[in-house]
Amino acid sequence: MTGVAEVADDLTGATASRAEVCVVACAEAWRGDGEIAASPMGTIPTAAARLARATFEPDLLLTDGEARYVTGTWALGQPASGAVEGWIPFRSVFDLAWGGRRHVMMSPAQIDRYGNANISAIGDFDRPARQLLGVRGAPGNTVNHATSYWVPRHQPRVFVPRVDMISGVGYDRAATAGPDASRFLELRRVVTNLAVLDFGGPGHSMRLVSVHPWAMADEVVAATGFELAIDGDVPDTRLPSADELRLLREVIDPSGLCDREVPA
Amino acid sequence: MADKRMSEDDVVGRLRSGMTIGIGGWGSRRKPMSLVRAMLRSDLRDLTVVSYGGPDVGMLCAAGKVRRLIYGFVSLDSIPLEPHFQAARQSAAIEVTEYDEGMLQWALYAAACRLPFLPTRTGLGSDVMRVNPQLRTVRSPYDDGAELVAVPALPLDAALVHLNRADAAGNAQFLGDDLYFDDLFCSAADQAFISCERIVPTAELAAGGLHTLRVHRWMATGVVEAPNGAHFTSCAPDYQRDEAFQLEYVTAAKDAQAWSQFVDTYLTGGEASYQAALAARMTAARPTAARETELTA
Repeated sequence: MTGVAEVADDLTGATASRAEVCVVACAEAWRGDGEIAASPMGTIPTAAARLARATFEPDLLLTDGEARYVTGTWALGQPASGAVEGWIPFRSVFDLAWGGRRHVMMSPAQIDRYGNANISAIGDFDRPARQLLGVRGAPGNTVNHATSYWVPRHQPRVFVPRVDMISGVGYDRAATAGPDASRFLELRRVVTNLAVLDFGGPGHSMRLVSVHPWAMADEVVAATGFELAIDGDVPDTRLPSADELRLLREVIDPSGLCDREVPA
Repeated sequence: MADKRMSEDDVVGRLRSGMTIGIGGWGSRRKPMSLVRAMLRSDLRDLTVVSYGGPDVGMLCAAGKVRRLIYGFVSLDSIPLEPHFQAARQSAAIEVTEYDEGMLQWALYAAACRLPFLPTRTGLGSDVMRVNPQLRTVRSPYDDGAELVAVPALPLDAALVHLNRADAAGNAQFLGDDLYFDDLFCSAADQAFISCERIVPTAELAAGGLHTLRVHRWMATGVVEAPNGAHFTSCAPDYQRDEAFQLEYVTAAKDAQAWSQFVDTYLTGGEASYQAALAARMTAARPTAARETELTA
């Protein structure tokens, strides 16, 4: 396959699209997780989980989006091509989640300084301005196992002082809800189209970890509706490696679905 | 074994206004839609509907059948937001009990086990506790002393589920990848009504694998043979979701006149009329060349 090798030689981080940088930043959320289930929701998190398993986190378990754990690496929007290695109907998903061997990445409509996240409804709960999905599994996911978030458009409307309906639990609310609410709470990172954030600020508040190469820290601060913790100079988010770009372009996202979510 | 075969209208005849009715399936997957369609044609009202919701919830809301909805989510899967559910919520037309998905499982499981509640840490710290002030916590009697949510049992007056196969006594079989919570809905209910794609002799059931036989005749009050009865939701492996029809549903739901047309076309007559309208739609959607061939053949 000389053709592939030649293409790979041209693949450097400098050629990465914005979406590709975001996918790699999301993939990093699962680094170090070992043999647990990665549960990505949405296009870029799904690409990211597959990339993490195909590179630095080979023991992760991934589903076909329905009830099967499958091996291998396959394209977004295509049926899984690997071997079926297990059965995970919804009944078992809650057992898995409550047992903690899982790390989910969800997309909040709103998130606050301490990681409280809303996927349920915008406005007054009794008569919402906009009804979304409902809390789904977010309350259980957050108090039982690692959770990360992906936000395709970093803006004050999403990064709010107070969320309207706490679906995913944040650090401050968990602290007031008794020791069992905090016991397994672990909000790992928040990745957006501008930056990577975590909860390493004072009192587990949101902290700016890195900015993507096209964004400035000031821009992130302006797009965030609450005070962000910033420790000194904020580094750039790392660029994808040649191997990561090859996997993304040739295997995981050959039709460029991620670029539609975060345009170049 | 008793022969429990009945029609959709027989099932609806056993339901009453004000009942708490659980509906199996998940989102837009394996929903007992022919039973839901029969409910739409009835004069039932003031229902408390319990569901991992999809178009079952949307249609019942649109028809004004729902007083209270108990749910973890309502979604059409490939189309994330359910338009009728959104409209009902945004106009405060229904009362709601919104739970975490796992809490809803616990509520049904507690009812099936005849327990008053089941404990979990799920819900702690979330606004599920704020918007459901009836929820209580419970302290572990053991040394850990943990304070946990006590999810109250949710007994159902009736459960409606759709499976792939069943025998006439109500032993039912799922042939897809997921049972969802259909067995829990049935065992949490006073009466369970099972629709299925095909009623088969009991002796044919085991060939699908023992693990597919999780809904048992002791749970079943009635069995309805309803080919294509889950349409437009998926009923794998018998059929996938009818995405084109689901899109037509969503498009119609967003406009009062279009919805009224949709109801006239699909939902006013009985199930046979619905299936006939579907067949007519399929014929109309065929490419012209194919139709011409058919006409000249």
